[in-house]
Amino acid sequence: MSVPARVATLLVAFVAVVGGAVFVVFHYIGGYGGTLPTVDYASMAHGGQVNVVLQEDPQNNSVTKPDWVSYFVQDPRTHQWVHTTLFSVPANTQVNMTIKGYDGCTPLRNNFWSQVQGTIGGTVTVQQFKNTNQPLGPTRTMSVINGWSGCNVGHTFAIPSLHLFVPVPSPGPVLSANSLCGVSPCTSGPYGLEKFSFRTPAHGGSFRWQCFIPCGGGFIDGNGGPMQTFGYMTGLMQVVS
Amino acid sequence: MAAAESSPAPVAAEPRHGMRIFLIWLVLSLAVDLIIWFVWYPHMQPGAMSSTSRSQQFDIAIMAVMGAPVVIFIWVYFGYALITWRRRPGDDEDGPHITGGVGIQATWIIATSVIVLGLFVFGTVELIVPAGAGAGEGPAPIWRLNGVQTTAWTPGSNDMLQVQVIGQEWNFSYRFPQFGGMETTQLLLPDNTPVEFHVTSLDVIHSFWAYQLAVKADANPGVDNVAYTKPEQLGGFTVRCNELCGIWHGAMFNSGYVVSPSAFQAWAQAIQAREQHDGLLAALPRFALTYDPTVVPQLGRAVVKIDGITGANGYYYPGPQAGTPGDPVSP
Repeated sequence: MSVPARVATLLVAFVAVVGGAVFVVFHYIGGYGGTLPTVDYASMAHGGQVNVVLQEDPQNNSVTKPDWVSYFVQDPRTHQWVHTTLFSVPANTQVNMTIKGYDGCTPLRNNFWSQVQGTIGGTVTVQQFKNTNQPLGPTRTMSVINGWSGCNVGHTFAIPSLHLFVPVPSPGPVLSANSLCGVSPCTSGPYGLEKFSFRTPAHGGSFRWQCFIPCGGGFIDGNGGPMQTFGYMTGLMQVVS
Repeated sequence: MAAAESSPAPVAAEPRHGMRIFLIWLVLSLAVDLIIWFVWYPHMQPGAMSSTSRSQQFDIAIMAVMGAPVVIFIWVYFGYALITWRRRPGDDEDGPHITGGVGIQATWIIATSVIVLGLFVFGTVELIVPAGAGAGEGPAPIWRLNGVQTTAWTPGSNDMLQVQVIGQEWNFSYRFPQFGGMETTQLLLPDNTPVEFHVTSLDVIHSFWAYQLAVKADANPGVDNVAYTKPEQLGGFTVRCNELCGIWHGAMFNSGYVVSPSAFQAWAQAIQAREQHDGLLAALPRFALTYDPTVVPQLGRAVVKIDGITGANGYYYPGPQAGTPGDPVSP
């Protein structure tokens, strides 16, 4: 083989190997967060506070994993629900979080996560709804939502590096069994409405958040599937300084 | 005269290469060992924050002091050979062939045997004396740290503080059975107190690694892995998961603190009182060395069969492979 032919072969092989590596990195690793939109709350802060609204559904509107339990983030400008788990907030700001829990209840693997930790006041306010604008009871302020007593908790919302751990209420047992929302993003059906506040740190950075219940189809041996996939039950809170 | 002229020219006596190498090696080894012992040793990781870390620091220093002369010997011999026995211009002669030397062989075998056997004895002693050297010893530890097993812990005593470490994706939580079984996400330990860790997991395999305390024990689901230490300095330490456990394994770390016994007692009692007041203590399962996450005390194993509490369309605890006989939850 002539020298130019050998050089050309070598270059082609090199490009193939490097190209393959780049494809793997971007497709399988970068793709987790790279293709998801980040909902911008950072520019919506007012008076040192910002309001963030999430919902968690028993399913989602994706093509590939429609049966995975999933969070949605509400765009503060359009009020449309975005299928993502990435959102940005300002640094050193009070985040007023609202979570609508549409998914049914799940026994906590560790009932310690029934405890509210890291919120301002150490509490959350909770109200059950049969459907939109149909409250099932009064608003209650709680520091513990016992996930093993009845059908109270669907999932959790936690930012471990900020010591924020919050159980997310679910609709009651009867409503959970019979009439859960079936089309995502949910706009009807029973849900638990939860509100709490916490402060973002003074510095910027990415803070992972996750659910501490291995929710999702058949992942008893760990938090696989939706639990470890961006866009479903884990995400990043980008703090913008 | 004629006889004198015909006699061969006197050959310069061959220097005593062995003695030269030995002296160079001795001086360098002494210097390096002194530097290791007096300069490096006090700063070696993991420090001297606990009985186990102090022990590990000592072990590493001993290893370094023993290893340095071996490395230096190789380097000295290598350098001496390069300089002294290098080929010179016009030297086309073969070197003398090598013959066996009983003395050298015996010295080599005896020296290496002494080093290996010495390290074996030293390592065994250093594993036994500090009660397992901070490593997980399984559910029935052979080497136990000296301390009194009590149901209530008293500051300033020799009571063994019981700390349960629970790994779960992706955070550690800690239970204190001598404080009503209260559970926290923070780890505070009292100074100068024997501590008995009971390490377990609720899902996959994790590993509890309190770095500056030199405690490392695997967290296996359904297994109580016991490890001991005794904090000896106030300050902070880092807890990391040391077993690849999923996507957020790298973020599974937090900080712990060694505080005075009275401060620890005040902290633990305050958390116990708050969790008692909030109803969390009543909601937690009875303290046990391991937990079965498929059993909710209020519901028993029936948890997998109760409609409406399984979440995510009823797939929470599938039991047998979905769709096979015995699978309780497949639609």
